Amino acid sequence: MAKLPLEGVRVVELCPIWAGPFCCMLLADWGAEVIRVESRHHFPVYTRGTSMVRPPLMQVNQVWSSYAAYMLRGYDPSATPWNRFTLFNSHARNKLGMTVDLRRPEGKEIFKRLIGVSDIFIESNSPRVMEELGLTYDVLKEVKPDLIMLSLSGFGQSGPYKYYRVLGAHQEGFVGHTYIRGYTDMDFTASTTLYHTDEAAGAHAAFAALMALYRRRRTGKGQYIDMAQSEATIPHLGEAVMDYTMNQRITERLGNRDYHGAVQGCYRCWGRDDWVNITIGSEEEWRGFCRALGDPEWTRDEKFADHQSRLKNHDELDMHIEEWTGRLGKCEVMHILQAEGVPAGLVMDERDAYTDPHVREREFFNELTHADCGTHMYPGLAWRMSKTPNQLRLPPVALGGHNEHVYKQVIGVSDEEYQELEKGGHIGTDFAPEIP
Amino acid sequence: MAEQVLSDVRVLDLTWYIAGPYCTKLLADYGADVIKVERPPDGDPARKMGPFFRDDPHPEKSGLFLHLNTNKRGITLNLKSEWGQGVIKELVRDVDILVESFSPRVMPSLGLDYEALEKVNPKLVVTSISNFGQTGPYRDFKASELIIYGMGGAMNQIGLPEREPLKKGGNVIQYQGGTMAGIATMMAFLVASEEGVGQHVDVSLMETQLGTIDRRMAQLLAYQYNKATTARADPRDRRAYPGGIWPCADGYFELAAVGMLWPSVAKMLDMPELENDPRFSTVLAQQMPGHKEQFEEIWYPWIMERTKKEIVAKGQASGVLCGPINNMEEVLDDPHWWQREFWVQIEHPVTGKLTYPGAPSKAEQMPWVIRRPAPLLGQHNEEVYGKLGYTKKELVRLKENGLI
Repeated sequence: MAKLPLEGVRVVELCPIWAGPFCCMLLADWGAEVIRVESRHHFPVYTRGTSMVRPPLMQVNQVWSSYAAYMLRGYDPSATPWNRFTLFNSHARNKLGMTVDLRRPEGKEIFKRLIGVSDIFIESNSPRVMEELGLTYDVLKEVKPDLIMLSLSGFGQSGPYKYYRVLGAHQEGFVGHTYIRGYTDMDFTASTTLYHTDEAAGAHAAFAALMALYRRRRTGKGQYIDMAQSEATIPHLGEAVMDYTMNQRITERLGNRDYHGAVQGCYRCWGRDDWVNITIGSEEEWRGFCRALGDPEWTRDEKFADHQSRLKNHDELDMHIEEWTGRLGKCEVMHILQAEGVPAGLVMDERDAYTDPHVREREFFNELTHADCGTHMYPGLAWRMSKTPNQLRLPPVALGGHNEHVYKQVIGVSDEEYQELEKGGHIGTDFAPEIP
Repeated sequence: MAEQVLSDVRVLDLTWYIAGPYCTKLLADYGADVIKVERPPDGDPARKMGPFFRDDPHPEKSGLFLHLNTNKRGITLNLKSEWGQGVIKELVRDVDILVESFSPRVMPSLGLDYEALEKVNPKLVVTSISNFGQTGPYRDFKASELIIYGMGGAMNQIGLPEREPLKKGGNVIQYQGGTMAGIATMMAFLVASEEGVGQHVDVSLMETQLGTIDRRMAQLLAYQYNKATTARADPRDRRAYPGGIWPCADGYFELAAVGMLWPSVAKMLDMPELENDPRFSTVLAQQMPGHKEQFEEIWYPWIMERTKKEIVAKGQASGVLCGPINNMEEVLDDPHWWQREFWVQIEHPVTGKLTYPGAPSKAEQMPWVIRRPAPLLGQHNEEVYGKLGYTKKELVRLKENGLI
């Protein structure tokens, strides 16, 4: 079975930043022909770069971490920074790319023709965007009656926050995740920005799109799916929701401690910023832990005699544990404890991930060559399928990287029309000069 | 009963704890007939994990279990017995999907590895969810929410530079793994339903972190491009104003640090004169010595006089990307999700009616429906075993022998 599961399925992606593009990445990875639609005349912040499209090098270095930087050769953004943005390039593999200005009538017409030959349309904009463009489901289903359209906005297509504009970080706060993480002795201003809603919502969106595809294959019918990123995330916080609805109790922060009462923590190891996580859930694991340490005197202290007393004296236990881990390397601690059946694992930085023997043996990273970035290893597929072996195929899509193919082969635009649209500024591989 | 998108899909669920049950919950909530198999006498260990209804640690009162197992039928079965293994093979004949989340050595040791199951039902999709995958040197390593995040996720970047790295809240890493397993299962099922050929899906929770998390993927790539590793940074060393989390009259709220949105901030503050103020109007200017203090002189009095609701409403009306830091009470009180009818009331024989998280998507043609609450331990034994031809009397004997 050499064919990938979604071969023959065409997906149109009109998505900023990460949640929507990530959803489409999952479909593209497994064979769908995902066509990413972008505009040379609109620069969605954080998508192909920060607010500065053509940033002076100093600004890039000073202001943005590697998380959202234009990378390569000492953070050099080069002449095409939008093709080198790591946040974008992390999800943009295996896709095709075209540019068109949807604000102009001829651009809308092209888009409708594309929808007419596609199966699934995924957009993750504020609901205002599609309404203002006049490209809502009601309009598009006239063009393609069996279209599957999925809208993945922050708060959905109805309700008081319908038009609220948020990033994942703000939704984290709205749905109660920010409140339950962080150091127990610090206030919230010390909390690192996180975006769990992006990965949670993007994943739920891919799941919904596949179900809709299953239904279409059986009934021939398309449909519209309204997904609120916040609603796709709240189920991931089930324990905290249920504690409130069952006991009217507000879940508070636990730092690295376990919600369900195992003994655990993140402990400093020998080295520079090297750490190991250890979880001791059962009596058996505690005995394994003591064996691994060579049964030192302190483990026989009655303060640690049973699980309840270990929980009660957790802080003191942590000091003993860290006294031991501090003398050893993080990998060493993991292997010593795992050999005795104790859950333990190093905290990996990026270098660790690429050199880790397990990750290497499973060939998680795949090599891709990008015209603007060179040859690199990219984070690979999130799961394996026994009869459809698979790996990354196409490098991150450059802006307008497949214009000619998509316009002429997919949409069926004539050579004359193509030239006309190119002259009109719809088609290109850079941003229009008016973008700062 | 309303026709649902997966109403004709049958699933045998051998999962426990969190990731696996969340995967099968996704299938069940959209209509699949999921038979959850629990081990006698205690069942899924999640039944012993809190929070508990009225803090009573009773196996039918775990909020975690109730949430994760909606719409499933439940049976008990001792998989270590030869009889139990035979029952699985019998049930597998009639299902489309089997999901399991044991340690990778377990299914082969029970004679229930993919090769054996494929012989019984070549169309069967088998999804295996494990900590580190079915192969590789860490295959048999033990793990926890914290450990998976440390190895697969971006934990090394979360927290303050001098202190220990931090986990995320609750069990979101395992939920994410379960969601990814749901997609993988659905994809394999699409192939099986088209081509009549099943396959084995290998989901490693560690890889669902390495390969699905924006922070992690972008930074793994950054290391490739620039050989840069990302250290923890203090969020209070703000890179652009007024990005980050701030206190206010009644709690905290968060704003996006997006330089080009500065005019929106001036609008939010009703201080149009700030729009072109050279001290703040560019990200670079905001970084200059002393400017932060000058901004805070204006900012603190404004935020400390207002509640987070007021600030967020004003910010959103002005085009500032922002949100409150809500606790669970505030989430449950928020009118938005009630108006969208997100929350769902589920009646359960032991706990009565409770509010649960609802549908992750809204689509008329793809309804998310609660048909039944999480199963009581062994609740559907008679129904399921009855269909296999076992009489009530035989079931009593099986129970006495510890088989169900």
